Amino acid sequence: MISTALLDRILPTVAKPARYSGNEWNSMRKDWAQAKVRVALAYPDVYEVGMSNLGLAILYDLVNQQPEMLAERVYAPWLDMERAMRQAGMPLFSLESHHPVRDFDILGFSLQYELNYSNVLNMLDLAGIPLLASQRNEDCPLVIAGGTCTYNAEPLADFFDLFVIGEGEEVLLELLRLYLECRKSHAPWKEEFLQQAASIKGVYVPHLYRVAYHEDGTVSSIEPAKAGVPARVQKRIVPVLPPPPVKPVVPFLNVVHDRGMVEIMRGCTRGCRFCQAGMIYRPVRERPLQEVLDAIDQLLAHTGYEEIALVSLSSTDYTGIEPLVRELSQRYAEQRLAISLPSLRTDTFSVALAQMIQRTRKTGLTFAPEAGSERLRQVINKSVTADDLLRTAEAAYASGWLRIKLYFMIGLPTETLEDVLAIADLVKAVRGIGRCWHGPRAQVSVSVATFIPKAHTPFQWLPIEDAGQIAAKQQALRRALPGRGIELSWSDPMTAWLEAVLSRGDRRLGQVILRAWQLGARFDAWAEAFQPQLWQQAFAKAGLDASFYATRQRSFAEVLPWTHIHTGVSTAFLWEEYQRSLRGESSIDCRGGCQDCGVRVAFDLDRCPSLADDTVRIASEHARDKADRVAPAGRSHMMDSE
Amino acid sequence: MQRFRITFAKGDEVKYISHLDLMRAWERALRRAKIPLAYSQGFNPHPRLFFAAALPVGFTGRAEMLDVVLQKHMELHEFASRLKGQLPPGLQLENVMEVPMTLPPLPAQVVAAEYEVVVESQDAPQEMQARLDDLLVVPSLPWRRERPNGVREYDLRPLIRALWIVGRRERAYVIGMRLQADERGTGRPNDVIAALGLADAVHSIERVRLLLAQD
Repeated sequence: MISTALLDRILPTVAKPARYSGNEWNSMRKDWAQAKVRVALAYPDVYEVGMSNLGLAILYDLVNQQPEMLAERVYAPWLDMERAMRQAGMPLFSLESHHPVRDFDILGFSLQYELNYSNVLNMLDLAGIPLLASQRNEDCPLVIAGGTCTYNAEPLADFFDLFVIGEGEEVLLELLRLYLECRKSHAPWKEEFLQQAASIKGVYVPHLYRVAYHEDGTVSSIEPAKAGVPARVQKRIVPVLPPPPVKPVVPFLNVVHDRGMVEIMRGCTRGCRFCQAGMIYRPVRERPLQEVLDAIDQLLAHTGYEEIALVSLSSTDYTGIEPLVRELSQRYAEQRLAISLPSLRTDTFSVALAQMIQRTRKTGLTFAPEAGSERLRQVINKSVTADDLLRTAEAAYASGWLRIKLYFMIGLPTETLEDVLAIADLVKAVRGIGRCWHGPRAQVSVSVATFIPKAHTPFQWLPIEDAGQIAAKQQALRRALPGRGIELSWSDPMTAWLEAVLSRGDRRLGQVILRAWQLGARFDAWAEAFQPQLWQQAFAKAGLDASFYATRQRSFAEVLPWTHIHTGVSTAFLWEEYQRSLRGESSIDCRGGCQDCGVRVAFDLDRCPSLADDTVRIASEHARDKADRVAPAGRSHMMDSE
Repeated sequence: MQRFRITFAKGDEVKYISHLDLMRAWERALRRAKIPLAYSQGFNPHPRLFFAAALPVGFTGRAEMLDVVLQKHMELHEFASRLKGQLPPGLQLENVMEVPMTLPPLPAQVVAAEYEVVVESQDAPQEMQARLDDLLVVPSLPWRRERPNGVREYDLRPLIRALWIVGRRERAYVIGMRLQADERGTGRPNDVIAALGLADAVHSIERVRLLLAQD
């Protein structure tokens, strides 16, 4: 254990020492000696980001509910803390018991963002664990990962013993039990364990697969290196959402999402073609309304939170959203409970919902039309119309909001300068409406991200747009958007470049990540720490060409580095969606009819999307009562009020 | 409306929690305990909690104070017993009493604070006592404080009301000090320790008592 005296010497010298001191409400201090398997759950970013991740909170709760198991948390120490730790020779330690991470049996990372990869290596190094899986002996903790990045974790393949693909609730416990079994019986346990783990559904053991390359650098084959290892790893799902955690750790620090979270629905039926989450989280499963209400009741009693977020990829699409929000706002009015709805649609129904839950100053509402022109929105299958947006803006300004925030992307497939300039027209139209209601006080903030094609989406074969082109488009948009009442922000082009490279990389990128880390790369997701030149140097030293990964068009025939990872959505469906996008054809929401994406077959489902019975019943009763209410209409997302 | 005054300890487990974080932790503990809090008016209503004085990050506190305003009446023992089970490790309820709504706000009542500072030192008791005495005899002690927005110059001496040796441990002393803490100026224990020439020897600092105007 790390001594208190050492901590007391170091913590007063670093910013926000509460990041490292633990003891939060609901944090679990299980008996170290009694536990038969000890898991360190790691998030490779600062505490405030890691503590906002719902997935890890679910697994923390789950593991700690098992009598013979224990889970503790660890996050990436910020630059100042890393310096202090290295100076003092202090190893990475867990928040709960302050045990060194290398004393745990298993170190499990949540991988949600490619720009955290250098932190993964840094955390292993700080823990005193050899970075390469091949160099770790039987006494080293097993290093595993889950999360959205594992759908193409090839760039990290050298550093991990195994990846969990898909939803972790069941498979993690299966893995831990297998671990217990293997460690019980004999001394050399690791290879045996990994062999057996590879046959668990959803588990990917990278070193049991051999990757071969063509001369041009593309992958020629990915094959099991041993008998009994499946050729394709299919992601894991839980057919029914398990009960949500109601006793989460309540941080002292003001974390990114400092509120209670209840997942009301998993997956999204909209089928936006750029959206990786929309593809990999299929099928849609709703949590019954009564279960949501009961969970919130308990969650509030156990945490004292003043705000609850109803989490999903598209909250307005939850069948019972209106009765749910109505009930919550009545039930907890006296406690001044704030309710937030991340990701709403661009329609007046959503504004009505936002109006219902707004308790504090009406600062801003966020909508995401994603593209400026009707044509381009068809291409990406985000078929909200300009009319939808303007009517929604009107409703929002009329209801008293002063600021509307709009999310767009540039660099989308088939995009022309005209499409980009259409963003300016939309923004000006929205500002015009705002001025009618609030005069010069009306604000529009416009956030423009660079589109990054992701694995397992219909755009997975496409290049990212060349940096020069992007710069020209940004310039044009800046010129077309003069003026007062409009605030424009960009995503950093080098950040987008690195994300593009890593998200569709192959195993050879492992040496690039290793070199970048050795050169000093840390916290690449943070503007104040990101040094893109380190990555460029790392590519040069490894003799690899970043543009091969970022700006190259792939053919249908190419073996993509993630070919052996199966989400349930068929490649044929993705390709067909890509072809439809080129023809400017949109596809309908799967609630309106099955699109045969492959998930039903892959998971043998009779109901997809799976809408909760009680929710359907309550919602339809509600609809009868309120027949005159506005029906859900638009198709785009709207983020919650700020 | 009803006003309770809580005296609590902030222990080692939570000494790295900032004042703002501590306020939020109390607010959530009170909500978990289902205390009917009164809220401020305005766009962003906040529960009406008033802390006597912020405790710097890294200090522990033996008798910190907080006033809570309730919307509905509650029995004192009910209030205390409900709250007790809802405090995170390191926060401990020491005392609760009801105070009149008409009293001035708690921060305005604070006049001084007492601290106990553990310093490592090889001094003999007489030597240590001499350090304290030497500091107390000077009529003024010009002091500079580096702040993010510039340097502040002030006289440290009048802020020191008393200075004494609480006790001696192995190679360490516990120094007691009573420092002014009102609108005219707030003494900081680190400054006093620095003035004693012991800046690098500080082991821990605890605020042991807050003195209110009527005390």
